[in-house]
Amino acid sequence: MAAEGRPNQLFRNLNSKIASIPMILTALVVFAGGTIWTVIYSFTDSKLLPRLNFVGLDQYERLWASSRWIISIQNILIYGVCSLVLSLLIGFLLAALLDQKIRFENTFRTIFLYPFALSFVVTGLVWQWVLNPEFGLQSVVRSLGWTSFTFDPLYNQEIVIFGILIAGLWQGTGLVMCLMLAGMRGIDEEIWKAAKIDGIPTWKTYVLIIIPMMRPVFITTLVLIASGIVRLYDLVVAQTSGGPGIASEVPAKYVYDSLFLRQNLGQGFAASTMMLLTVLVVLIPWAYLEFGGRRKNA
Amino acid sequence: MHDPRSAAAAAAVMLPFEGPRGPRPRKALSTRNIFIYGTLLLFAFYYLLPLYVMIVTSLKGMPEIRMGNIFSPPVEITFEPWVKAWSEVCTGLNCDGLSRGFWNSVRITVPSVILSIAIASVNGYALANWRFKGADAFFTILIFGAFIPYQVMLYPLVIILREMGLYGTLWGLVLVHSIFGMPILTLLFRNYFTSLPEELFKAARVDGAGFWGIYLKIMLPMSLPIFVVAIILQVTGIWNDFLFGVVYTKPDVYPMTVQLNNIVNSVQGVKEYNVNMAATLLTGLVPLFVYFVSGKLFVRGIAAGAVKG
Repeated sequence: MAAEGRPNQLFRNLNSKIASIPMILTALVVFAGGTIWTVIYSFTDSKLLPRLNFVGLDQYERLWASSRWIISIQNILIYGVCSLVLSLLIGFLLAALLDQKIRFENTFRTIFLYPFALSFVVTGLVWQWVLNPEFGLQSVVRSLGWTSFTFDPLYNQEIVIFGILIAGLWQGTGLVMCLMLAGMRGIDEEIWKAAKIDGIPTWKTYVLIIIPMMRPVFITTLVLIASGIVRLYDLVVAQTSGGPGIASEVPAKYVYDSLFLRQNLGQGFAASTMMLLTVLVVLIPWAYLEFGGRRKNA
Repeated sequence: MHDPRSAAAAAAVMLPFEGPRGPRPRKALSTRNIFIYGTLLLFAFYYLLPLYVMIVTSLKGMPEIRMGNIFSPPVEITFEPWVKAWSEVCTGLNCDGLSRGFWNSVRITVPSVILSIAIASVNGYALANWRFKGADAFFTILIFGAFIPYQVMLYPLVIILREMGLYGTLWGLVLVHSIFGMPILTLLFRNYFTSLPEELFKAARVDGAGFWGIYLKIMLPMSLPIFVVAIILQVTGIWNDFLFGVVYTKPDVYPMTVQLNNIVNSVQGVKEYNVNMAATLLTGLVPLFVYFVSGKLFVRGIAAGAVKG
C-alpha cells in the first residue's frame, strides 16, 4: 500500500469515490455530455446519421419556418398556460375544501389522487373513449334530447388541445392538491384563530394571509407542473397521435418524430435545444432565488 | 368511582349548571356544507367517471356498445374482452395478447427498481456521510439534469447504448431507467441519511467500521421506510413509462404501455372498444394496486419530488 506512507489526495475516502462513480458518470457523460453533444450537433446538417458538417443556424431557420413546429409551440403555450392556471386553481380549491375538517376526507383524497398513479398512455386512451363523438359524451347528451349538442374536441382541429387538457388535468391535479394540502397543514392554527378574532372573512384570510405564507409550496408546485408541461408527449401520442392532421402536435413529439421516424437528426437536435432553452429560462432564475439566497445565509 | 351513579354525582358537583356545552353545533345542511360537499362530490364525479366507463365498457359485448350509451351498466356481463385482451389480441405479427407486454414490463421493472435503488442509496449515503471534494458539484449537475427535457439526451444515449451493445435490449432499458431515476432517488436518500443522528455514524467509525460496513449494518436496517417509498416511486414510474420504452427497445421486448398504445391506436381491423378498455384497465392495474395498498406512503413518494435539499 503506497498510499499508507504518504496520504494521497486521490486515495482519501476512496470507497466513497468508488461508490459515486455511477453518479459521476451519469452527471458528466449523460446529463452534461449528452446535452452539450446535442447542442453542438444541432448546428450540423446531420440527416440519417450524426456528422460534423457545420451549417450555422440553418436547422433553426428551417425549424421556425416549419408549420408543424409553429403549431407545436402554439399548442404547448395554450396547454401550458391553461394547465398551470387551472391545476393551481383546482388543486388549491380542493385542498382548501378538504382542509375544512370535513368527513370522508381520506375517501375524497384517494379519489382525487388515483389518476396520478396511472400512466399518460392509459389516461389518453380512456379520454379518447369518453370523448368519442359516436359513442361517448356527445352521443349520450344527444340521446337525452339535446340533439344539436356538439362536443367532439378530439375531432375538431380548433379545440383538440383542450381535449388533451381535460385529460391532462384529470391526471395531474391530484398531485397539486396533495402538495397544497401539505402546505396548508403546515400553517399554524393560531393564525386562523387570530384572523377569526379580527373578524376577517375566510376567503380574505386565504387570499391575504395563507397564500402569501404558502409561497414556497407554490413555487415548488409551479416548477413541478412546468417541467411536466415541457415533457408532454405520451398523452398526445395515446389520445390523438398528433391529429386531426397536425393540429395537436407538441415539441416533444416533433423531436421524437424527427429523430426516429423522419431520419432528420439535425431538426430533432435543433428542436430539443429549443426545449432546453425554454427550460433554462425558467430554471435559472428559480435556482438562483432558491439556492443563491440560501448560500449567503449559511 | 366505578359506580356510574357516583360518577354522575361527582360531575353534577363539579358542574354548577346543566346545559349545552362545547362549541355550538353546526347545522348539517348549512349553505356552507352544501357548498363544500357539493363541490367535492362534483369533482369526485369527474375523477371517477373515466374509471367507471372503463370498467363498464370492458364488461359489455360489442353489439351492446354500438346500441347503448357508454355510461349504462352492462345488461349482460361478459369477461370475453378481458380474455381476448390478455391472450389473443394482435400487435403486428404477434397474436399472443397483452400478456407479452405484461411480462416484458415485469422483466424491465424488477431489475430497474433494484439497480436504481441500489445505486442511488449508496450515492445518497456517500453524499450524506462521506462527502469528498467536488461531490456537491456532481450532485448539482445531477439535480439540474432532472429538469432538462429528456429529449435532449435521447440520441446521445442511443449512441452510448449502441457502443455497449445494449441498444434495443431489455438491459439497455434497465440502464436508462437507472440513469433517469438517479436524480430524484439520490436526493431522497441523501436527505434521509442526513437526517439520521450523526452520533450513530461516529460511534460506528470509532468501532472501526468502514464505508460498506456502516452502510450494510447500520444505515440499511435503519432506513427501511425510505426504501419502501423509493420502491413505490420507481415501480409506478417505470411501469408507466412510455417514451424510453418506445425509444430504447424493439417490438418483441416492448413494455406494456407501448404495446397497449399499439393495440388501441392500430389502424387495421375493426375497433373493438370493449377489448381496448379491458387492455387499458389491465395496464393500469399494477400502479393502481400499488397506489391503493401503499396509501400514505405513495403520497410521501410523490411529495419527495417537492422535498428541497
